[in-house]
Amino acid sequence: MNLILLVLAGIFVNNYVLSQFLGICPFLGVSKKVDTAAGMGMAVIFVMSLAAAVAWLVYNFILVPLNIIYLYNIAFILVIASLVQFVEMFLKKAAPALYQALGVFLPLITTNCAVLGVAVLNMQKGYNFIESVLNALGGAAGFALAIVLFAGIRERIADNDTPKAFEGFPMALITAGLMSIAFLGFSGLIKL
Amino acid sequence: MANPIKLIKNGIINENPTFVQVIGMCPTLAVTSSAINGIGMGLAATAVLVFSNIFVSLLRKIIPDTVRIPCFIVVIATFVTIIEFVLKAYVPTLYKSLGLFIPLIVVNCLILARAEAFASKNGPVAAAFDGIGMGLGFTIALGILGLVREFIGAGTLFDITVLPEAFPRTLLFVMAPGAFFTLACLMAILNHFRNKA
Repeated sequence: MNLILLVLAGIFVNNYVLSQFLGICPFLGVSKKVDTAAGMGMAVIFVMSLAAAVAWLVYNFILVPLNIIYLYNIAFILVIASLVQFVEMFLKKAAPALYQALGVFLPLITTNCAVLGVAVLNMQKGYNFIESVLNALGGAAGFALAIVLFAGIRERIADNDTPKAFEGFPMALITAGLMSIAFLGFSGLIKL
Repeated sequence: MANPIKLIKNGIINENPTFVQVIGMCPTLAVTSSAINGIGMGLAATAVLVFSNIFVSLLRKIIPDTVRIPCFIVVIATFVTIIEFVLKAYVPTLYKSLGLFIPLIVVNCLILARAEAFASKNGPVAAAFDGIGMGLGFTIALGILGLVREFIGAGTLFDITVLPEAFPRTLLFVMAPGAFFTLACLMAILNHFRNKA
């Protein structure tokens, strides 16, 4: 039961983009069309769950036994960067269709701070393996939900008349702010 | 070698990371609930940026082109870890309030972008000044954002109460949505002046 709550909290209450400000760059950068936003969302769900699992293993089986926990940041970012590279090569060979859909988004994920953020958060909160993966899954699903909704809204307002000074980024930020208010409604729903 | 003053001015005004290039958005939005946090974050990122720029520039002829990005990341992550220790030891309150976003300086696109676009092509002195300029531009942007949000949301400036008690506080501005609105309005104001010019 707690595990289900963990996932739901990641999607709605502690939404990474709208309440914790993780992964803002892809959120603002790849959200002009719903299709690409959905592709990015799927790629993030896939990589983030995998990265959280691998980071947990590296932390508990390499960093802790060797007493080099202070190197966690360097270790995690290297794990994520090489994992992304590996996933890209693997998908290209094994699942070309999936690679076509997600390929262009994969390199961008290395610098998505939500991926590193979730690995660090899992470590700080002392989650076990299953909790870590589910926390990442929930967080990534929350990211996907936010970016798809955001892209949908941006498509609708793209042709609207906006004041000249607000064209482009400012309008996108206002939209994100309004969505963030909407997601504030979920706060306090689940206490962990 | 380029003029140091020109490099610094370029970072602060012409290519301001936040308002012109729109990079490094996560810490920009997340830690600017007060001016002190914003400036602290900006200075921490500046320190990392200056050192990583210098080292990337020194190593630019040794690092093979094909593996340069992982090499840059290792250099950046090393300095982030050092800064993390320094903050933890000397300013523990700031360390606590910045929290997760200190390790996340590693993935701040600003730092990697400067390593790739400037430091890997220029000498260490120019790279250092570029780092100072970009870092100050980032710090000033975060400071302004923090000041505005703190003033509207909590009625204080640098933790000193300036608005009378009776004046209503708009709490929303120190919460998540306020970050988006404040940045949007600041960018719109800048756009307005740019359109006029």
